[in-house]
Amino acid sequence: MTDRWKLLRSILIVAAAVALIALPFVAAMLGSTYAITLATRLLIYAMVATGLNLILGYGGLVSFGHAAYFGLGGYTVAILAFHLGEGTSILGFPGTNEALVAWPLAMVVSGLAALVFGALSLRTSGVYFIMITLAFAQMTYYVFVALKYYGGDDGLSLARRNTLGGARIVDAQTFYFVCLALLALVIGVVQRMTVSRFGMVLSGARADERRMMAIGYSPYRYRLTAFVIAGMTAGLGGALWANLARFVSPDMMAWTKSGDFLAMAILGGLTSIAGPVIGAAAFILIESTLSGLTEYWQVIFGPIVVAVALFAPRGLWGMLAGKQER
Amino acid sequence: MSALVLDHVVKRFGALRAADDVSLAIEDKELHAIIGPNGAGKTTLIGLVTGELVPNGGRISMQGQDITDWTVPRRAQAGLARSFQITRLCEGFSAEDNVALAVQAKLGHSFRFLRNARKEPALREPARAALQRVDLLDRADRLVGELSHGEKRQLELAIALASEPRLLLLDEPMAGMGQEESQRMVALLAGLKGKITIVLIEHDMDAVFSLADRISVLVAGRVIKTGPAEAVRSDAAVRSAYLGGEA
Ligand SMILES: Nc1ncnc2c1ncn2[C@@H]1O[C@H](COP(=O)(O)OP(=O)(O)OP(=O)(O)O)[C@@H](O)[C@H]1O
Ligand SMILES: [Mg+2]
Repeated sequence: MTDRWKLLRSILIVAAAVALIALPFVAAMLGSTYAITLATRLLIYAMVATGLNLILGYGGLVSFGHAAYFGLGGYTVAILAFHLGEGTSILGFPGTNEALVAWPLAMVVSGLAALVFGALSLRTSGVYFIMITLAFAQMTYYVFVALKYYGGDDGLSLARRNTLGGARIVDAQTFYFVCLALLALVIGVVQRMTVSRFGMVLSGARADERRMMAIGYSPYRYRLTAFVIAGMTAGLGGALWANLARFVSPDMMAWTKSGDFLAMAILGGLTSIAGPVIGAAAFILIESTLSGLTEYWQVIFGPIVVAVALFAPRGLWGMLAGKQER
Repeated sequence: MSALVLDHVVKRFGALRAADDVSLAIEDKELHAIIGPNGAGKTTLIGLVTGELVPNGGRISMQGQDITDWTVPRRAQAGLARSFQITRLCEGFSAEDNVALAVQAKLGHSFRFLRNARKEPALREPARAALQRVDLLDRADRLVGELSHGEKRQLELAIALASEPRLLLLDEPMAGMGQEESQRMVALLAGLKGKITIVLIEHDMDAVFSLADRISVLVAGRVIKTGPAEAVRSDAAVRSAYLGGEA
């Protein structure tokens, strides 16, 4: 890595951080809540894409079912709120509207699903892995479509946003900063992981599985762990999403959503930490621009992703970074 | 006790018997060469010993322990290291990273998430020492893709050495190397000889006869001769099957 690139990278990161912190204030000055909502969506997408990138970019595992964990996280929050509203209990526990309970629980639920689905999916590889992760996600999707008690197709609305340690986070600006702080935390943890012993094994197994086995590693355990971490991250993202939209529905788990997350990770560039954030930003920009033009915006968006994958295999961040970044 | 024993091992690919009732005992700390024409089944034999291939019959044991049903990583953890005939390295990683991964594998599980592995002296120092042994230290920071063919072969050996194996399987380590590089590799192997058990597959007969304690000759999946280097060189059957007029 050259010094020039290091400097440029630091400048870019600081600039992005400043922009993200300043954004809600600027939006407030302009009186635009839409901009804050859009930016909050960006943060949540970036979080999910960062988790996905751990398995996709570093692990080389194309999971086509990541929306399932996103949706499960969202539903965990919504279902807990639903039972609180109804005054009923779920599995013997009362409902809650407290983020400190609901969000970790969302991560646990998504993590457990990822553990079970991952344990089975990771026995396969290549196209089979893509298909089986998709199949599990579709299965989850239809379970929630069939769950009429929780709204089925129509989904569930949340009466109120969660409280965070008793404090209200209803205000768009406050919620934005909660999401920003959590995104920073997720990025920090994932970044450290990728260069840790664990990350080296995960990446090594992507680079050459046979070589890694020959020196004594069983890639399966490491991949499964990464899969669960990615699932938990998506679960947290889903929990935040449920709070942002105050609504969950099976659409959160649709295969198109899984495709969106993949597109974000690929757009931004795999095997970089900044990639998923840039990818999410690009996705939000393209989506909000194109969907204003035509309802079939994905017809245009699809080819853009393919073009990036073909002509800039290391994504938008890779284009910026040139040949320097590993 | 023998370091490695193959007992009536059979490996079939369809109708082809790539290992045809192979029985072989490799003694502790010996350098045992396996020679044979192309397609004789030498690489297949390595695959069977490392566990990448599952035999259709027979047993394999290491240091008296039956390892026939062990997985590839388990055998590696038990002290088996190998180099690949066609180089297999982690592309996108530096030479040092590749060796450090082998060091790391020996230090227990890798469920360590937060410390930067590239800055752990416990990984990097042994890795650099192994690179030094194969004369590749000055290329430590280079990505695998930037290394020459010969350097990649050296790196393969460094990786194998870094895991401090009891049994080292080398599949044509000198293949595609220049004269000078080959000589360096021979010198290196000569330095290892007597310290660990080595099974060497090699087509370079000068190298084989100068290094090997014993030689086995493999033809069409069968071991047609095993013995001290001199005995093999003068064996009539071996000459007609493999060495031709060359020896
Ligand atoms: N996975 C496989 N499936 C089918 N046939 C195989 C397989 N691996 C090897 N063979 C066949 O088994 C025979 C032995 O192959 P092997 O690679 O062990 O030979 P070798 O002695 O290492 O040859 P070389 O000197 O060319 O490296 C060959 O005929 C080869 O085509
Ligand atoms: Mg071979």
